[in-house]
Amino acid sequence: MIKSYKTKRLIGDIVVYTILTILSIIWVLPIVWIVMTSFSGEKSAFIDHVIPSTWTFNNYIELFTKTETFNYPRAFLNTLIISIFSCVISTLSVLMVSYTFSRLRFKSRKAFMNVAMILGMFPGFMTMIAIYYILKVIGLSQNIVGLIIVYSAGAALGYFISKGFFDTVPKALDEAATIDGATKNQIFWQIILPMSKPIVVYTVITSFIGPWTDFILARMLIQDAYDQYTVALVLWNMTDKTKVDEFFYRFCAGSVIVAIPITAVFLKMQKFYVEGITGGAVKG
Amino acid sequence: MKYIDYVQLSPIEKLTYNLGNFFKAIPGALAGFFSAIGKFLKSFIHGIGEFFKDYAAYFKTGGLMTKLSYVIMGAGCVAYGQVVKGIIFFLAEILFIVYMATFGGGYISKFGTLGTVGSHTEMSDDGFEINVPGDDSMLILLFGTLTLVLIVVFIAIYILNIKVAVNCEKIVKSGSKPNTIKEDIKLLTDEKFHITLLTVPTILVSCFTILPLIFMILIAFTNFDGQHQPPNVLFTWVGFSNFGNIFVGNEMYARTFGNVLVWTFVWAVVATFSCYILGVIIALMINKKGLKFKGAFRTCFVLSVAVPQFVTLLLMAQMLSQDGVVNVFLQNAGLIKEPIRFLTDTSNPNLARATIILVNIWIGVPYTILSTTGILLNIPEDLYESARIDGATPVVQFTKITLPYLVFVTTPQLISTFVGNINNFNVIYLLSGGGPQNNAYYGAGSTDLLVTWLFKLTMDKHDNNLAASIGIIVFIISATLSLVTFNNTKSAKDEGAFS
Repeated sequence: MIKSYKTKRLIGDIVVYTILTILSIIWVLPIVWIVMTSFSGEKSAFIDHVIPSTWTFNNYIELFTKTETFNYPRAFLNTLIISIFSCVISTLSVLMVSYTFSRLRFKSRKAFMNVAMILGMFPGFMTMIAIYYILKVIGLSQNIVGLIIVYSAGAALGYFISKGFFDTVPKALDEAATIDGATKNQIFWQIILPMSKPIVVYTVITSFIGPWTDFILARMLIQDAYDQYTVALVLWNMTDKTKVDEFFYRFCAGSVIVAIPITAVFLKMQKFYVEGITGGAVKG
Repeated sequence: MKYIDYVQLSPIEKLTYNLGNFFKAIPGALAGFFSAIGKFLKSFIHGIGEFFKDYAAYFKTGGLMTKLSYVIMGAGCVAYGQVVKGIIFFLAEILFIVYMATFGGGYISKFGTLGTVGSHTEMSDDGFEINVPGDDSMLILLFGTLTLVLIVVFIAIYILNIKVAVNCEKIVKSGSKPNTIKEDIKLLTDEKFHITLLTVPTILVSCFTILPLIFMILIAFTNFDGQHQPPNVLFTWVGFSNFGNIFVGNEMYARTFGNVLVWTFVWAVVATFSCYILGVIIALMINKKGLKFKGAFRTCFVLSVAVPQFVTLLLMAQMLSQDGVVNVFLQNAGLIKEPIRFLTDTSNPNLARATIILVNIWIGVPYTILSTTGILLNIPEDLYESARIDGATPVVQFTKITLPYLVFVTTPQLISTFVGNINNFNVIYLLSGGGPQNNAYYGAGSTDLLVTWLFKLTMDKHDNNLAASIGIIVFIISATLSLVTFNNTKSAKDEGAFS
């Protein structure tokens, strides 16, 4: 009896291991392939074998030195500037708004939250056309400053997850601090924020990754101002039908470079990410 | 149906029952939606009525300086000791008047027609052609909208001014002193802290979300299309005719809209549930008790979340292209003779659709794994313990504990994923670009969703009016779905069930 239970479990384990291994390979394979291809020394993008016959580091060097057609270093710098600035502004505004809706009670609180919910239901880039014209009027279209403003401006509407987190922080803390004579300002900056490390980290990560990986807004607002291009736009243009043959390996190299920081941060912060999501989702 | 009857149904009957409920709820929700809007308008108008009644009364009872506040803003404040506040009010009034006189007023007056004379060329006296600048409908619409918003803001400030004046007068009459500016600022860090925190985000959202949104909604009621591009050719109001064209009026538009809408729904349903079910299965396997290398397996899947989505999508598009690595591999392995055109085969659009859904599974499943892993770990262990003591088999434990818990917690997430998929621009645009081409459609390909069609209409055809109308339709669809399903789910009805 015990033996048959053991064999049953063994078979079950073997089945699970096999399936998981096959699936893991399927999921990792494209990523391995792009890293491999970025070191390929082949001349043409279209070859009749899967594994390159020669290896080189040239794709990376050319990506940063041959900047006539595609100025990758410039684009990388642009993306970095956009991401850092919007990350700081969005994090602050998301935390401020979510704290307000979670902790402070005032007359129009419900109305504000309802408006935010309705605004969130419009397809995001329906407004982009109008934003383009508005930025054009104030002279910031086709400019990364405009991108920073737009990324940070909309961020406040995504307050739900961190509000869910703040809701779980015990109210008794606020009350104790109030009795000790702290103002609400002090409670926010000195008590609640230092306690809410997971959600702060989560907000920082998401508001950095958002602009870093965005394509559509940049495509819409930058259009043909090549010196303001972000990495996403450069890479997208590299895969254009007329250019892909020449630039395919540099595209792979560029993709690897842009993915590295995100991947590193993400794997390191995986735990925070899961906590942040579920903490907000369950209680929100 | 009572709960006890419901429990005894078979799973299929339960599903049909729930589906039936879902569709039955749609009219109700729509009615609710519109009646809510109606109620809002009613209370709004009622509020305005009350406001005039109240403030007419204040005007009668108030002192001279309060009365003066109705004309010169801030006069009451200054008179009763709040000098700084009064000056700010007064400046606001001056600014508003200057703005309206020099800039806003002109645009508002043209708002009804959106301009009459476009810019054109005229012969000058000495026979040269010169450009004569005229109206620009786009700018009139934009600045007109801006001015309308500013008028609303100004009215709010005006009301505040009267309120403050009346309050100050009351306080002074009762013998005490109104707050000094210092005390007011101090209030902003404590009782009125919400004002401090919300001001900047509200201004940003108003400028870059609400204002553009009003502008786009208004464009849906104009003929701002490829043929009417200001400043040379002006556009004007056309009422609901864009919506009419999309639904029935224009055969080409209507056909495209119908087909794109159907595909959008098929895509959203298949994409959401394929990713969810597969993701849950894999997450359960990874979390199986006694399994080794959990972290390694999870990292393999999560790796693809960490790589930016546009990179993986562009990469996949290259891999699946006619000369891409997948075709090379299949040909070398001798499985196919001719390359398969996964994403561009015009004769077989369903191949492109299936490919996109498969690629989306590759992209979406890790997200489900990521979020469900946390939830699975959160299920209280004592639930399983007591189930084991009562003699429940693993299968029963799964169907009676794990699954209900998971469904309960992830339903809101599932809804937002579904709505997100309706609006899933990236996957379609970067993978297939909406292709393969379909000549029966107006400016759309066989895999275009409503949102990518919207984008193409503005970028390629410059049909901003159609794009805006489609945007409004997408909004109505997403809003109804969110409201109906959310109100129907257990998590909304019974918030504390599992906490």
